Amino acid sequence: MNKRSNWALPYFIFLVLFVVLPLLLIAVYALQDASGHFTLSNIGKFFSDGDSLSTFALSIEVAIENTILCILIGYPAAWILANKDYNKSAVTVVLFILPMWINALMRTLATAELFTMAGIQLGKGTLLFGMCYDYLPFMIYPIYNVLNKMDKSYAEAAQDLGATPGEVFRKVTLPLSMPGVWSGVMMVFMPTVSTFAISEFLTNNKIKLFGTIIQENINNSMWNYGAALSLIMLVIIGITTVLQSNDSEEANVGGII
Amino acid sequence: MKDYIIDIQHLSKSFGSKKVLDDINLYVRRGEFITLLGPSGCGKTTLLRMIAGFLQPDEGSILLDGKDIAGIPPHERPLNTVFQRYALFPHLDVYDNIAFGLKLKKTPEDEIDKRVRKVLKLVAMSDYEDRDVETLSGGQQQRIAIARAIVNQPKVLLLDEPLAALDLKMRKDMQIELKEMHRKLGITFIYVTHDQEEALTLSDTIVVINEGKIQQIGTPTDIYNEPVNAFVADFIGESNILKGKMLRDRRVAFIKHEFDCVDEGFGENVKVDVVVRPEDIYFTTDPAKCQFTAKVNSCVFKGVHYEMFVDTDTGYELMIQDYDPYPVGSEVMLYIDPDDIQVMKKERTENKYLGKVTGEGKVEFLGAEFECNTEGFENGEEVTVKIHFEKVDLLDHEDEAITTGHVEFILYMGDHYHLTIRTESGEKIWVDTNDIWDKNDFVGIKILPKDICLEKVVAANE
Repeated sequence: MNKRSNWALPYFIFLVLFVVLPLLLIAVYALQDASGHFTLSNIGKFFSDGDSLSTFALSIEVAIENTILCILIGYPAAWILANKDYNKSAVTVVLFILPMWINALMRTLATAELFTMAGIQLGKGTLLFGMCYDYLPFMIYPIYNVLNKMDKSYAEAAQDLGATPGEVFRKVTLPLSMPGVWSGVMMVFMPTVSTFAISEFLTNNKIKLFGTIIQENINNSMWNYGAALSLIMLVIIGITTVLQSNDSEEANVGGII
Repeated sequence: MKDYIIDIQHLSKSFGSKKVLDDINLYVRRGEFITLLGPSGCGKTTLLRMIAGFLQPDEGSILLDGKDIAGIPPHERPLNTVFQRYALFPHLDVYDNIAFGLKLKKTPEDEIDKRVRKVLKLVAMSDYEDRDVETLSGGQQQRIAIARAIVNQPKVLLLDEPLAALDLKMRKDMQIELKEMHRKLGITFIYVTHDQEEALTLSDTIVVINEGKIQQIGTPTDIYNEPVNAFVADFIGESNILKGKMLRDRRVAFIKHEFDCVDEGFGENVKVDVVVRPEDIYFTTDPAKCQFTAKVNSCVFKGVHYEMFVDTDTGYELMIQDYDPYPVGSEVMLYIDPDDIQVMKKERTENKYLGKVTGEGKVEFLGAEFECNTEGFENGEEVTVKIHFEKVDLLDHEDEAITTGHVEFILYMGDHYHLTIRTESGEKIWVDTNDIWDKNDFVGIKILPKDICLEKVVAANE
């Protein structure tokens, strides 16, 4: 090992201790029964348990709805922010990112409190509102980044070739900004599936998401089943990530502050 | 009038307080290959973008086929642009890039197919239609960019430095192909470049632009052989630019010798600038033909010719290009044909500003306060300030400087440099100096009190 690669050692140790080891522990716990023998029954239990499956399906549904909502609100916002005619300063961009500097739990609690004050019934609507509020910046920023860096001459070339402003957007700007949209989807969809705090506070636990049942199992010391559920979610995240990166090679041009 | 496809009248454009185009008047004949030539930042691209419709003029109008196109958005103008960095759509393949414009116009599928294949053949890129544009080389991308523009059969093709990103060999090949395409298509080409050689090679007409103003319009031979001012002479090709004096019609003095020339109408004993191209100074062994002698200072082989610098018997340095080399240090006899001497009216003979007396022995101009003799002038009086070019001192530090500026343009005049300095106040001061400065150098400006000449404003008004 030469000198320079020694510098990587602290990071390597960090990765092993806090990323690799916990992941291995999850796998080990997931494949053991309570007495420590190897078993696949934890994973089998999930697929045979109607309750778990329907919660999982609901989580995916909520996540899809939230992602679509974030795209619908986030894309126009990002487009306006990246458009020099409408937005002349970088401050507005920061204002959109600003809510992320406040702890998500505090924001969620405050939102729940506001709903209660306004007398709005907590339920799926409030859940989606809270999620969208929490995750919107993660959608706006990667799209804004791609749009902002996009060479203006593409739009000009399209215009020059006879495209109306609407056609320029549909045929050039939108397709070229898809990598940003994909980045945003990754950053919104996956965390939404596993979230539990938002659903707990904003629906008073009326709606249970996949993250909620993992949390409940672990809280009730059902380590092995909890670990198995976590493992299943990890695998799903892994698969979608692979699918997504195949889909667009430039998925990482987005990124977050 | 009916032959002009584009007629530009009194066109002006400013970005902020900077005037990028100033009263441009220009017409383009149908089918012509016209080149807008000038250094970077001269306004040529701005002019092209206004024709394309991406920018709106502040003043003046652009007529296409006699109709003002001011209010027409770019997508409705029957013009197409080849962009500097191609701007090919990375999410579409070659075929779809070229078909982009036709599809928007709802051209029938088989017609699109026919036309795309035809232009691909024209740009020698058949068989590339399914390729991803990002896998193509710079030259290939350029061809596709041209194909994408001409497939729409525009009335005018606008080309914004299309060859700037290519290497030299590729550029030369593409120049020939562009010329060939222009001939075959019969479309009017408006070409923007800063490369004078490219302009000379390609164009029917060259428009030389500097600092937002048209300097000269003419055929390549006109521009090369008869530059109207020192800027054009210096920008197009190599040249010896020298101070001279028109003695009378057909007789001019420069480098302290007298020459016959073909220019008339300047008057007698009028200060002029003289341009002699390096290939127009001839060596001779016949003492009867010899007009002046010189000593060869350096001799470098340039491929086709030798480039020599000689010191004349009167102390001027000249550049000469000849097919035969002469040894360094040798004395040579030289002559210049009357035809090859280009005499130009002097644009200015001294620096002239409107100033204001701000106190006893103090005058303000160029945004700074200078000391000088103010006898006979009252405090607060507006005056004309005159300073000879050679009386301006340039310093490489700020300490003793009265104001500062940057070197904007350098002209070698045979025995000294004529510099254009842009001062902090945004004005220009011209300086004759023997010191060597580089473009964009930061300079301190100092003028001795005795060299600042004040005059009553009334008397100076022309």
